[in-house]
Amino acid sequence: MQDLIWLLPTFPMLGFLSLVLTGGSLPRKIVAVIGAGSVGLSFLSAVLISAQFLASGEDYFVKELWVWMAIGEFTPGFNFYLDGLSLVMMLIITGVGFLIHLYSTGFMVDDPAYSRFFAYMNLFVAAMLMLVLGDNLVLLYLGWEGVGLCSYLLIGFWYENPDNGYAARKAFVVTRVGDTAMAIGLFLLFTQLGTLNIQDMLQAAQQQWAMGSPLAIAAALLLLGGAVGKSAQLPLQTWLPDAMAGPTPISALIHAATMVTAGVYLVARTHVLFELAPRVQMLVAFVGLATLLMAGFTAMTQRDIKRILAYSTISQIGYMFLALGAGAWSAAVFHLMTHAFFKALLFLAAGTVILSLHHEHDIFKMGGKRKQLPIAFWSFIIGSAALAALPFTSGFYSKDEILLAALAVEGPGMLLWIGGVIGAFFTGIYSFRLVFVVFFGDSQGHHEAKEEAHWSMAAPLMLLMVLALLGGWIQVPLDAVFSSGAGHEEAHVSLLVHAVMIAAPFLGIGVSYLFFMSKVFDLDKLMANPLANSLHRFWFSGWGMDALYQRIFVNPFLYLARINRSDLIDSFYALLVSITRSAHLMLARTQTGYLGWYALSMAAGLVLIISLGVML
Amino acid sequence: MILVALIAILFLGGVLAWLSERLDSKLPRVIALAALVLDLVLMLTLLGGDSADGSWIVALNVQWLPRFGISFHLAADGLSVLLLLLTAFLGVIAVGSAWSEITERPGFFYFNLLWTLAGVLGVFTALDLFLFFFFWEVMLIPMYFIIAIWGHENKNYAAMKFFLFTQVTGMLMLVSILTLAYFHYVQFGFFSFDYFDLLNVSTSSTIEMWIMLGFFVAFTTKLPIVPFHSWLPDAHSQAPTAGSVILAGVLLKTGAYGLIRFAVPLFPEASMNFAPIAMALAVLSILYCAKLAFAQTDLKRLIAYTSVSHMGFVLLGVYAWNEIALQGAVMTMLAHGLSAAALFMLAGSLQHRIHTRDMRDMGGFWAKVPRMSAVALFFSIAALGMPGLGNFIGEFLALLGAFSSNLPMTVIATFGLIFASVYSLWVIQKIFHGEYSNSKFDDSHLIDLNRRELAYFGAMILGLVWMGMYPQSFLDLSAAALQELLAGTQELVSTVVQN
Repeated sequence: MQDLIWLLPTFPMLGFLSLVLTGGSLPRKIVAVIGAGSVGLSFLSAVLISAQFLASGEDYFVKELWVWMAIGEFTPGFNFYLDGLSLVMMLIITGVGFLIHLYSTGFMVDDPAYSRFFAYMNLFVAAMLMLVLGDNLVLLYLGWEGVGLCSYLLIGFWYENPDNGYAARKAFVVTRVGDTAMAIGLFLLFTQLGTLNIQDMLQAAQQQWAMGSPLAIAAALLLLGGAVGKSAQLPLQTWLPDAMAGPTPISALIHAATMVTAGVYLVARTHVLFELAPRVQMLVAFVGLATLLMAGFTAMTQRDIKRILAYSTISQIGYMFLALGAGAWSAAVFHLMTHAFFKALLFLAAGTVILSLHHEHDIFKMGGKRKQLPIAFWSFIIGSAALAALPFTSGFYSKDEILLAALAVEGPGMLLWIGGVIGAFFTGIYSFRLVFVVFFGDSQGHHEAKEEAHWSMAAPLMLLMVLALLGGWIQVPLDAVFSSGAGHEEAHVSLLVHAVMIAAPFLGIGVSYLFFMSKVFDLDKLMANPLANSLHRFWFSGWGMDALYQRIFVNPFLYLARINRSDLIDSFYALLVSITRSAHLMLARTQTGYLGWYALSMAAGLVLIISLGVML
Repeated sequence: MILVALIAILFLGGVLAWLSERLDSKLPRVIALAALVLDLVLMLTLLGGDSADGSWIVALNVQWLPRFGISFHLAADGLSVLLLLLTAFLGVIAVGSAWSEITERPGFFYFNLLWTLAGVLGVFTALDLFLFFFFWEVMLIPMYFIIAIWGHENKNYAAMKFFLFTQVTGMLMLVSILTLAYFHYVQFGFFSFDYFDLLNVSTSSTIEMWIMLGFFVAFTTKLPIVPFHSWLPDAHSQAPTAGSVILAGVLLKTGAYGLIRFAVPLFPEASMNFAPIAMALAVLSILYCAKLAFAQTDLKRLIAYTSVSHMGFVLLGVYAWNEIALQGAVMTMLAHGLSAAALFMLAGSLQHRIHTRDMRDMGGFWAKVPRMSAVALFFSIAALGMPGLGNFIGEFLALLGAFSSNLPMTVIATFGLIFASVYSLWVIQKIFHGEYSNSKFDDSHLIDLNRRELAYFGAMILGLVWMGMYPQSFLDLSAAALQELLAGTQELVSTVVQN
């Protein structure tokens, strides 16, 4: 069975091809069967392969298909590498992916481009599997760019609206800035270490590079560049909130559960490089911390239900980066998994809300919907509890591990821990702000909301609820992958630390309750304060980073493009032509046909030549 | 003999096509297609054949003007064969794209098309520099006619500009060739224009540099590279579709081929000294023309500038002069040959349908012509370097190879990948996405791709996927040739470095 691992990306790829080649001519039912079925088959194979792999007790397994390109030492192949890490990833991608595909068969049912939607979705799953299964960085890069392409295609899926197109291009170009850094990283790694096979490369790095060597630092930094782009971390996070322009299942699959966590996967996969560059690893922790706090502030101010979730995603990936920076590789991957469960749940539930309310996104125009939308309501309760890391939910276990690992970091551990706890407090505020405003209180318009609850949409929500609740009990088989990592030894920390970590989200929920449920605190009065108001606007705009990038990158580029539309260099040749032409006209004028004129000019020339000769 | 046959078939086919017009105006295109398909089939016999002499698969050497050491010397190694295949394949595609577009004087059109291609085949196989120059000129004049007669609104200006750029720099190359032959005479006592003889000429490094520059300017004008590029946007926007296909797909590659086959091996020392400047020009081309491409409103001009940008990667790869980078340059030539040709054909078929190339008038075409939109999306994605497609292999290898020979230039060049995504996605947005409006053009003929168009676009899609997923078939073919070129210069380069 393990030998058939190539089937995993093949099923969705075949789905993609059959949907594209039929060009939307298939009936919807068949499209749904191909679209969701192909990913379902992938999931089944993944489960069987995982079972066999875990039973075999091996640390890893390699399946070589063919050599992609072989030039001298450079021999990347289409080879799949399965270990605990890629096993967890492939199960998330195909499992959560299948649930989202199933949900989409109901969600997108009225869309005229049903087939195109599933084609792109299937292509995405195939590319994402290549990303996590590739045994070399070039194949990983193929998946990496492939998921970026699908993200672009699906954000701009409703292409009639140019805003969606803009969001799609923004996502692609901003992440490509990171990808470019990563590509340079690949060049550096190959030039220095002579291979791009991940395991061989890591081994060579350990042998050739001393701890903290400049080459290790450069390589880790360049890969980090790719990771922050894909995972929407500072300073390349600006694309993710706009990416919400795509259909909601896309946000669940690509912009919450899988693609945006590819950066976390990349760093975890190449963790040896980061261990060789401790300063860069510390940078990873601080990038995560800064991002999780910044996005937390912003999430508290958003009104659009999907943008709140988007910022919460940025913030939660910030936690994963914090874990990576703290060397708690397994904790990062564990949080990646639980986050995939509860964030997919939240997005799909948000999709149900949006669909039931005729594409309303503003939470302050909803209100009191818990009776009308019971499945969405319970999904949000469970999802938000897990997001806020309330005890016994899946998010609790993973976030707990991360914060403890942060605390254990030598040096700034306390700082990282306090930041993380503050972030958990914010998470409590913004996640339950959403719940209180949407599902409690008075209904704000849309009185006749009726829940769209076809079984294909309800069933995935139910299953994800179970996973979001109980997913924390899943044992991830990562010990063999991160044998060197920290976070395994149970550090003895005081009861106070635990108490603070448990209390923080409840405190946040309490604050949220006082503002949005009991209205003990008056939000309007707070907003009347000019300082609070300008802070609110600053956070709402995502800390003004869009405007900043517009000024320093986009506008100068557009300006340069505008002033030199007709190619300055060409005007040099145009000048040459006009000089030649005028010289030609001038000389042509001398050919007057008058004999006397010719005689005169000959005489003048003779005089000139003789006088020149005399003078020299 | 087979190389002579390949070229002769096109020359004769051209004459036949011209003559046949009197019988039936539909005959020339059939004859042209038959000639090119016959060539393509003959070329396939070159694959898998045992090499007669080192990396040379087939060769022919007949004395022509012995007094001046000029011979009719044709030979093909893996590199040549790849480019011959590309030429014949795109020739077939070009005939397909002209099939219903060219109705005026078709006989003379196909005559010019086949003669240009015959010249190209000659350029890719000639190993006598005099003969090489002869074929270099043969490519030029029929192409001039194709632009000047069947072109669009500003065709005379564009055709003249194309002619002047190529001719003036071609003359520089001729001066260089004659000078080189003269120095061969000085050194060995007899004239020779033969490639293998001229490889042995050694002169002072100043003279070598000047002779090399003559070649360099001629080849980089053809490629083209900033600052010799400005003929290309005009030529492309004015040429008929088949002309653009041949220009972008094949003619540009003769410049790159010239650099790999002649400019560097003949003058290794000068070339290596000059490499930093060449690579800087490559980077300048990549970034400057990517920016210009983004600013264009004329679709064909936009694609033309992207061509210049992509050819920058070829130049970068060539002057890195190691196997990975050279393979990257060759793969970029092949993949760009397909993707740029396809994009020009899409622009051509749009122009044919709505009579404009101005992107400001377009938008929302996906709803109207979904197949054409999907095909355009595919080739735009290929052009921006998506892994899994040929262009990625080329550019990735070129950059990977260049990284070890010139780090700063490679790093800057890599940023070209960002700009490529900016302009490629912009094209999709402007033309195919957004809301559909037909207020600015007559859309009565805006229909989706027909079977003939689907067939040739499909063939090109398969080609790019093949190059992207299993590039080894192409890499293997050119490996021996490139290794031999590298080996030939290695000694000289290393002694230069030691001294």
